[in-house]
Amino acid sequence: MTCATCGQELVEGALFCENCGAKVGADAAPTALDVPAGATDDDSPISRPTSVNHQQVVADAPQTRVCAECGGTVGAEGYCDQCGAKAATERDHFREAPAAWVAGVCDRGVQHHRNEDAMALWADASGRAVLVVCDGVSSSADSDVASLAAARAARDVLRAPMPKGLGVPESVEAAAAKVFAQAAAAANTAVIANTAPSSPNPASCTFVAATLEGELLRHACIGDSRAYWFPDAGEGVQLTTDDSMAQMLIAGGTSREEAEKAPQAHAITKWLGKDSPDIVPVTGSRVLEGAGWVLVCSDGLWNYASDPAALRTQLDAALTSVGESGQAAPAEGGAAPVPAEGSAAPVPADVALALVEFAKQAGGHDNITVALARVGTAG
Amino acid sequence: MADFSATVYQNEFLADGGTDVQAIVSISCTGAGTAGQGGDGDAGEIIIIDTSGSMGVETMEGAKAAAVAALGEIVDGTWFAIISGNGAAFLAYPNVKSGPGMVRMDSRTRAEATRAINNLSAAGGTVISTWLDLAGTLFTSVPEVQQRHALLLTDGENNEPNEVLDAAIKRATGFYQADCRGAGTDWKVSEIRRISQALLGTVDIIPAPAQMQAEFEAIMRTAMSRGVADAQLRVWAPQGAQVNFVRQVLPTVEDLTARRTLVNDLTGSYPTGAWSDETRDYHVSVRLAAKALGQEQLAARVQICVGDEVKAQGLVKAKWSDDTNLTARIDAQVAHYTGQTELAQVIQEGLAAKAVGNEELATTKLGRAVQLAAETGNDEATSKLRKVVEVEDAGAGTVRLKKAVEKADEMALDTASTKTTRVRK
Repeated sequence: MTCATCGQELVEGALFCENCGAKVGADAAPTALDVPAGATDDDSPISRPTSVNHQQVVADAPQTRVCAECGGTVGAEGYCDQCGAKAATERDHFREAPAAWVAGVCDRGVQHHRNEDAMALWADASGRAVLVVCDGVSSSADSDVASLAAARAARDVLRAPMPKGLGVPESVEAAAAKVFAQAAAAANTAVIANTAPSSPNPASCTFVAATLEGELLRHACIGDSRAYWFPDAGEGVQLTTDDSMAQMLIAGGTSREEAEKAPQAHAITKWLGKDSPDIVPVTGSRVLEGAGWVLVCSDGLWNYASDPAALRTQLDAALTSVGESGQAAPAEGGAAPVPAEGSAAPVPADVALALVEFAKQAGGHDNITVALARVGTAG
Repeated sequence: MADFSATVYQNEFLADGGTDVQAIVSISCTGAGTAGQGGDGDAGEIIIIDTSGSMGVETMEGAKAAAVAALGEIVDGTWFAIISGNGAAFLAYPNVKSGPGMVRMDSRTRAEATRAINNLSAAGGTVISTWLDLAGTLFTSVPEVQQRHALLLTDGENNEPNEVLDAAIKRATGFYQADCRGAGTDWKVSEIRRISQALLGTVDIIPAPAQMQAEFEAIMRTAMSRGVADAQLRVWAPQGAQVNFVRQVLPTVEDLTARRTLVNDLTGSYPTGAWSDETRDYHVSVRLAAKALGQEQLAARVQICVGDEVKAQGLVKAKWSDDTNLTARIDAQVAHYTGQTELAQVIQEGLAAKAVGNEELATTKLGRAVQLAAETGNDEATSKLRKVVEVEDAGAGTVRLKKAVEKADEMALDTASTKTTRVRK
């Protein structure tokens, strides 16, 4: 057995790699060879993504960090040397933008003391993208570590092109569902690998994934993190269905408004983790018509705008603020491209930041993750 | 090599709109070693003995015996000198007219110094500024000496204007440290306290000549155990913040706020002098601009530095919260030392009021002192207060001034007013 991170030969039964210190079985940096065989079939292209770039955002923390509040230098203890503000750790606030049209922001929010949300994104310029969001359950131990490992594990399974099936639509759907099940299983394995065997509160998290191949959007969900589609023209839709008490009440005829206020409304009925009853996600697909936004998020966002129409209002507000100011919030590590007046396309990273800012302004009671993909051309 | 450690006691939670952060930073030194042996220059000791006419035979003989005993505590190799002080200052030992005014301690110089001390006799007045200036001159004459400490004994009021003494104190401040002792009851506590506070030392009364020897030995033993020649307390506060105060609160209350020198725009340095193996607690208060609920920030970084090397640091934090269970608590250490600081103040104010015949104010102040001493468990202050007032109800702070009070008891209460105790466990 070798260490999945650095390749060092491992001692039998080792929990950590002697060479690099990585936890055995945990969030290992996968290679293309790790993509399960079932992710492709005979009709798939033989080429697979070979660049492993997904750890850049969190792993390659810059040596000196700049204070987000005053521009001073952040000291070794994580506070600004100038104004004293506590700098968000890389885990508390991170951003990914794997392509110009795909970006996400994962943020601690206001009230929670750590960020148990996680996200992992991948995209190329040709129109393929993967967006995964996992929301660690606060009541369990080490959920912040587990959720990030889970999101990355699932993303790395989903990066391979979807199988094309045997030609009939049913077989295509079935093959896609199988890939999502494998992604969820990989995520589940990652969560368990980051759970202490004796933990009385084993780490657990939700799982939502969306893949885009041109106009074809596929999604899968376990728990209460969501995917939405907001076409530029027409009404927005919630694509995924929560596994939650509130959703059970809605299914039983209670209105969404009433159900979401009910006690235990936020209790989820499915999750990933050692004590999970069921790790097979509910999947679905949609052919997107026209230009629009795919939004994948945790409940830290939709708590403040659950209904697609309400969330649409906030998306529009975010688009307006980005369009007006050029950028919604100070961009990390330099200025974002400032759109030209009027018709210029908003930058997804700025829109995601603006939506996170909306959730924080609304109270920020939970961790907030917003991942966006811009589909079609016009902004 | 000395090791320092720092521990911070505070409630970092502030209510919405809260601005003031209070913390006790407890700094401990271990492995200090012996004065002058740390490799950063030699140690120097000067014993200054009042030889004014008021000393009288008994006090003079007590002082001589005490000075000789102190010589026994000075470690061989340490530079030293003896000053005889009255209306002017005289170098009693070593017997030189020019060049270095101090010699290294060994068996020969100790015997010579003992003879010189025994030849001293009392005559003339008391002009302390000249004593301080001569001590400074002697230290300057030996450049190898980097750790400078003097022991000053006096018995009477200083016969010179305050401004002259203050100017001499100012010349000595930051150059050498001095512990001061008053023999008998004819000296003024407030006057001698000015010297000891500025020169980072202690002040106390030695009521009877027989007690002098033990006191001198103890002072010199402590001075010799200070293997860290000089350390500074540095306090960083964020831009836009204001340092309300920085106080030493253990072992004694000393307000350091005004002794700040700038290290950079955000950092001030406060002298703490030499360290032995000991713990000193500092009370730091910083005023911040209020931040939003849920925000956290660093309110102060408190460091102990030797030269430019940071030996230990404590971080004082602020977190804004709407949870009153968190924000309403006052840290036990902060509360304790706030009480001890007020105790020192009301004792001094009470005695000052009593001295000018304002019995009503004196009764109120000393009553409050009795109450605070009981609350904070300062048993030394309680027993010294009981010699000055009749306590009717310590909890309520009701007292009566005693009609006949020994002057020595009153002075002992005054000199001990700044001594503090730790939080009772």
